[in-house]
Formats: sequence, structure tokens, C-alpha cells
Amino acid sequence: MATQPIIIIGNGVAGATAAREIRKRMSEVPILMISGETELHYSRTALMYVFMGHMNFEDTEAYSRDFWRKNRIELKQAWVTSIRGEDKAIELENGEVLEYSELILATGSIPNKFGWPGQDLPGAQGLYSKQDLEEVEESAKTAKHAVLVGGGLIGVEMAEMLISRGIGVTFLVREKNFWGSVLPFEESRMVGKHILEHHIDLRYEDELVEIVAGDNGRVAKVLTKKGKEIPCEIVGLTAGVRPNIDWLRDTEGLELGRGIKVDHYFRTSMPNVWSIGDCAEFTEPLPGRRPIEQVWYTGKMQATFLAETLSGNEREYSPGIWWNSAKFFDIEYQTYGVVMPKPKEGEEVFFWEDQERKLSFRVHFETASRAVTGVNVFGLRHRHQVWEHWISEKTPVTEVLERLPEANFDPEFFRQVEPEILEKWNTQHPDQQVKAAPAAKKGLFSQLLKTLNITS
Amino acid sequence: MIRESHSIVPPDPQLDKVQRLGLFALGIGLAMLFGSLFKFFSPQLTESLFWVMLLLVMAGGLVYGLRTHLKRPAGIQNNNITRSSISARGALGWTVGIIITTFYVVYYWWPEHIEGMVRFFDPLSQLIRSKPADQWFTYGAFYTIGVLVMGTKAIVKYRHSRYQIIRTCSIILSQLFLAFLIPYWMEAFNKPYFAPNYFWPLEYKVMMPDKFENLKEAGTVGQFIFGWAVVMILLVTPILTYFYGKRWYCSWVCGCGGLANTAGDSWRQLSDKSLKAWNFERISIYTVLVFVIVMTVAVWVTTAFHLIPETSAQLRKVYGFLVGSVMAGVVGTGFYPILGTRTWCRFGCPMAAVLGIIQRFKSRFRITTNGAQCISCGNCSKYCEMGIDVRWYAQRGQDIARASCVGCGMCSAVCPRGVLNLENGPVDQREEYTFDLLEDFKSRHKEKGVQAASAGKPKAKG
Repeated sequence: MATQPIIIIGNGVAGATAAREIRKRMSEVPILMISGETELHYSRTALMYVFMGHMNFEDTEAYSRDFWRKNRIELKQAWVTSIRGEDKAIELENGEVLEYSELILATGSIPNKFGWPGQDLPGAQGLYSKQDLEEVEESAKTAKHAVLVGGGLIGVEMAEMLISRGIGVTFLVREKNFWGSVLPFEESRMVGKHILEHHIDLRYEDELVEIVAGDNGRVAKVLTKKGKEIPCEIVGLTAGVRPNIDWLRDTEGLELGRGIKVDHYFRTSMPNVWSIGDCAEFTEPLPGRRPIEQVWYTGKMQATFLAETLSGNEREYSPGIWWNSAKFFDIEYQTYGVVMPKPKEGEEVFFWEDQERKLSFRVHFETASRAVTGVNVFGLRHRHQVWEHWISEKTPVTEVLERLPEANFDPEFFRQVEPEILEKWNTQHPDQQVKAAPAAKKGLFSQLLKTLNITS
Repeated sequence: MIRESHSIVPPDPQLDKVQRLGLFALGIGLAMLFGSLFKFFSPQLTESLFWVMLLLVMAGGLVYGLRTHLKRPAGIQNNNITRSSISARGALGWTVGIIITTFYVVYYWWPEHIEGMVRFFDPLSQLIRSKPADQWFTYGAFYTIGVLVMGTKAIVKYRHSRYQIIRTCSIILSQLFLAFLIPYWMEAFNKPYFAPNYFWPLEYKVMMPDKFENLKEAGTVGQFIFGWAVVMILLVTPILTYFYGKRWYCSWVCGCGGLANTAGDSWRQLSDKSLKAWNFERISIYTVLVFVIVMTVAVWVTTAFHLIPETSAQLRKVYGFLVGSVMAGVVGTGFYPILGTRTWCRFGCPMAAVLGIIQRFKSRFRITTNGAQCISCGNCSKYCEMGIDVRWYAQRGQDIARASCVGCGMCSAVCPRGVLNLENGPVDQREEYTFDLLEDFKSRHKEKGVQAASAGKPKAKG
């Protein structure tokens, strides 16, 4: 009898990466990936581009049907209803029972709802899944105005989506600043200004109180804490996401917290059951990291570590230097290391910005050792590997600034801002002057000159 | 918070008044052009009407194009491309495709039917080269006006990217001067026709024995023209391609690429990304290359030894018909709204084939990926006009060194996470690695002096 397959529930980036990485390491084991959402894995982060008409949905499918077939990864579109640990089996919505040798739970997230009256009305929704996309497509056909609740990444994406169809957007942000729990004030201010530039009605320090239905039973208006009444046909509930684990509540032997509890090897409390991605919660978080990591990259990384462990080479999760990136309308954002809104104890900040051109650069470093601990860049592209190196090696901030052009990943001919950054540093730190290393010229012509040794 | 006054009404995704005004003017101009086909205008009025038509077409196109992209702040402006009838193979797209295709067919093979339109262009031809227009002058004028107007639109559309601004300026100027004005100015001075941005094997005629005889008769200028053609293909092309990849030509100088990246910009995403298309591309483009080499050699040998000249003339004729007219013109441009731009560049152009071989095996040029930042969204692949599945490499953290890449830079521009970059730094400095999520940075940064060419390793997907 053939061995039972490794079953992966969920085909988001964590599940799909796990399937790929397991196959790379174990050529024989049967793998089955199940998802109720779609048959093929797609890029969740690209849903917005489908709505905006940049891409068709098929374009977001990162690997073709053929790819999965060639790699003998079986796909099944179905909703799983329960796990039977004692039988090492799962049960599907249609009653079908499938046995596994190992089970990987990668069920992702669902949008947060905080018990607002009217939160389940037609027209009120989050944006996470393909089904959410279909729902907002439907609502957008007739909608004139939308209210978004919660100023984070999904909120700003939804704002960009809706205005692309000419739907007005009121954006309710509880904090004083945009995404103020993550972004320092200046970056938050830049993003906030840019959101206004896109004709969004951005309202700080106001919150959703109630969603009111109209005669058609759909969303008709919202009431806010400041007593405002905003007529709308769509309410975007974009106040973050939480692990999609409600269906597991009654599973015997599976320890749950906010997410599925796992150790540093992604083991759950059930034998042969593992969990990765948005739905997993570390019983003991890694130092300096959150217990639940809800980011594309961490999903990918966790899946890779798990594949290593499952193939017999036990690997404790050690993701290295944190990084993330996003885009706020037209402003790209990258971060490496840890940059909290306010510097940590014993840390200093250096910040440069060009408000006109919407560019900024922030570096955090230890006061005593001068070692850099994190960087935020807005409107600039920086090299992942270079920053990872600088942060891991505790490179002093002055050396980093001197060598800053090495990190520059902007396209050719883009204005090089390193001299302006240095100038600001030198003005602020007369006792620690930094001399610019000879500019790493990136232009076509200068490359030629350099190659031919015409210039040194 | 600094709060500037901004309207909270988002820009209308539909056509607004200014856009409509632009389209209206453009429409009247095009209608006049159409009218000229039937010699609709009285001879006394024709000349002034021609200038009015030119003004309406250019101004109308500009008003429409600029308004479309200035409605929103600088940034990627691809909203609604997958839904709009003209850019998503809808009824409008097909209509435009059929009109352009018909136009090409008539132009190439039944020019007598467009005599009225050719005469309409006499004023411009007189101005530039002091003689009446012919079908080729009229075609060149259309082409150049298209590149000028739509190029300006592209500059505004991509105004957040200095790479795109500078590159687009280069292709506009190249088309205007090298491919249009200079050749006709040469004619005006009774010198041989000479477009400095085209040389063998794309412009095979320059290297044909009959042209060689013409050039010999033309004295110093003729020698210069022939010398230019030889130096460009034998010396300049390999050197520039080694340093910068094929883009120096395909995306900066060439008129075919120029039209694709200006007039054709809203169709770039229609290119076929399938493995099948890639396999077909590799067969078709090198077949054309072999064809043009065989044809050129055959014509020279038969001319030199006075052997079977009919056969080689026939071969040249077949090449001219199949490759020069059908592939490059009718299909290559006429099918823009259906097959995407760059169909000719990808499947047929022998110059692109030569450049591609150099780029793939002996060039510093490659597209590098930034660590593990890819989110697999697919924008890079979607907007690659050469049908390269860029994401296939990007999501694996691999550099891209494909023969077909023309270096337009659009994958880098549309990437929402800043993952892709066109680079041509020295080869020995490059690290060839797949960003391994398991390794800590130390093992990732081991010295690995791997050669550039091996970066595009995957032979097929799987």
C-alpha cells in the first residue's frame, strides 16, 4: 500500500511554498494541497491589481497547472471541515475522508471584525480572499461611495482599488497618524499627504460605530464616533486580520490561542500536524518578533524551514533579519531590521526626507556602538542583501552612510540622493563627519568610461 | 498634520470633457485624412487642409494623451487595461487592428488606391525634401507622427521614472532624425537614401550588390554610408551589446521598438507568455536570421560569378515579401491590438536575433532581483512585451539573462516591491545565487565568481 500523502490545507504562499519545498527535498512522497478558495495558488497581494484592471486573475497564478502536475503535487478544491487526529485523517465538506501521513495547516487569515453593528450586512466586507474580491466587484457595480475602517496596508490598497473605479472613499483612521502603530511620524505624514493627493477623504481619530442598512437590506451609511453620518454603499473592514482557525475550535488535542500554537519547528500540539503562515502562533515568540507573523515573506520562510524539517533535517526557525515592503499608492516602502515608530532605549535615529519628491530615509542605530539596527526607505529602492549584511555585522552608521550607494537599487538615471543624505548627517553631526565614498556611478556612459579605464 | 486642500472626488475613470475634446479633434483630423483618399478636397484648399489635419491629429492626440495621464499623480497608470475594449482585445481593439492591417496591405501591394492620401502629404514632402510625396514618404510621416505624439504621451505616463523619460526621448529623436528627417534631407541634397539607425541584417538592402553599386557611384558619401553600415554591425553592435545588452538598440534606437513603446504602449501586455510561444520564438527568429544570411550570400555570390541570378533574385523577393512586408509590417504592426507589440521584434527580427545571441552569451546586461522581496504578483510578466515570464525568475530570486529581453525596463517600473533592476556592472562582481531563505546571510554572501551568462540557466520551466 502506498504511503499516505502529506496533506497541506491552504494554498496561499505558505502552503504552496511548503508543497514546492517538500517536493524539492523528497521526490517520492505524495503531496496533496487542498483549498476551498481556489484550485491553483495565486498571489493574494495581487488581488488589488485584478480589481484595478492591471491584470486578469489568471495572471496572479504564480505557477501554472502544468507546474503542479509536473511536480506531482495533487490539487483539490474543497473546504475541510475537521481533523480526526486519532485516524490521522481530515474530513471534507462533502463527507469525504482523507488520510494523511503529515498534515500542514496553512489556512491563513480572515479579516478582523470587532462586533460593529451591521458588520455582516451585504456591502460590508474585508479584502483577503478571492471570494472577497468577487464580492467587492459586485458591490462596485453600483456603488458611489465607500467607507474604509482601519488605516493599515489593506485599507490603503482598498482605497486605491476603489478610486480606480471612480468610487469616492472616506477613510476612517483611529490613530492620529496613518498606520501610526508601525510607521514613525514623518513617514506616516508623507503617506497621509499622498493619500489626500489621491482624493481620498482621510479622517483621523474617528472610528466606526455602526453600519446602517438601507431599504434594500444593503449597507446605506455609517455612523462614526465623532457623530458623523456618511452615506455609502461599501464598507471596507480593513482593521487587520486574524488567524483563520474558527473551524478548528473543537479539534481535540489541538492547542489554540489567537492562532494555532506551534513551537519553533512548527509542530502543533497534535502528532504529525504542523502549522505555518498567518494562522500559526508561536507559543514562545522569537526574540524581537511577533508571535503571529502575517507577512508574505514570513509565510514563505516558515514553509521552507518546515520542508527542511519534514525531510529529516530538523531546522529550528531562524528567519534572520526582519524585512518587509509595501506600496502606498505610488510610494514604495522597504524596511530592513527593526524600525519602531519611536527608537528603542539606547538607540538613535537619523532621518532624511524630500517631501516634494516623496522620498525618505531613516536609519536607527545604537548610541553606544553606533551599529545600525534598522532602516526605512520610502520612494527609494535598497538592496536587501546589503542591508542584511550591514545589520547582521553591526556596521557603524557612519560607515553605512559612507557606503550608502552600495545599497542603491533604484533604476538607472534615477536621481541619486546619497549626497543630500550625507549633507544632512554632516550638518547634524559636526563631530562625526562622513565623507562620501566616490559615487558608484550607475549611468550607461560612466560605466563605459570606467570599463575602458578612462576615469579611475 | 499638514492638510492641503484636495478634492475628495476621485478622478473620473471614464473620459472627461478634456479627453473627449482631444479625441474629437483627433477624430476630425483622421476623418480629413480618410477624406483625402477620395480626393475629397478641392486642389486650392488641399494644402491648407493638410496643415489643419496635421494640427488636429497632433494636438488632439496630445490633449487626449496628456489629460489621460495627468489626471492622477505620477506613478504606474495601468488602471482598467484588462477591461478596456481597445487594450483588451475588445471590439475597439479588433477594429483598430483590422484598420492598421488593411492599411499595411494596401500600402504594400495596392498603393494606387491611396494616391489621394499620398498627394495630400505633398506639402510636407515639399517642405522636407523639395519634391512630391510618394507612398513611402507618407508612411514614414505617419510613423513619425505616431512616435512623436504617442511618445510624448508615454513620457507623461511614465513621468515617475527617469529611465523611461530618457529612453523615450531617445526613441522619439531617433525616429524623427535618424529614420525620417536625415534620410529625406539626404535625398533633398541628391544623396543616396540613408537611415543611420538601420543596418544589416534588419536593413538588408544596404548590403545588397545593387545598393553597393549605387553607393560606389555616390563617391565619398556613398563610401561613408557603406562604411557606417559595416562598422555598425561588425564593431559597434558587439561592443555596445557586450556592455549594455541589446537594449541600446532595441529600446533606444530602433524605430520598430520605438513604435512599439510609444504608439503600441497600451498593448504591450498582450504578448503571449506561454512556453509554447517561447519555443516558437526560438525557432522562428533564428530561421529568419539564417534566411537573411543565406539570401545575402546567395545574392552576392550569384552576382559576382554571374550564376543563376534569377534564383537569388527570387530568394531576395521571397524574403522581402515574407519577412520585410508580411512579418515586419502586416503582422508585426497591424496585429498590435491582438498579439501585442514587439511581435516582429520577438519572432522575426534578424537584428534582434544577433543582438540576442550576444546578450545571452557575452554581455554584462542582466535584470537582477532584490533578495527575496518578490510577492509573485505577476505585473512584471504581464507587462513584458517580449512575453518573458519574468516572475518565474523573480520569485525564485534569480537574475534574468534572456536573449529576447529588450531592456525596456517596464518590469522594473511596474514591480510594486522594487524587486527588479536592469544592470550592466562588471560581470565578475555579480553574485549568481538564488536567495535561499534557509541560509543566514553569511552563507548567502560567500564569494561566488560565477559568470553572467549562466544566470539565465533554466532551459525550460518545470
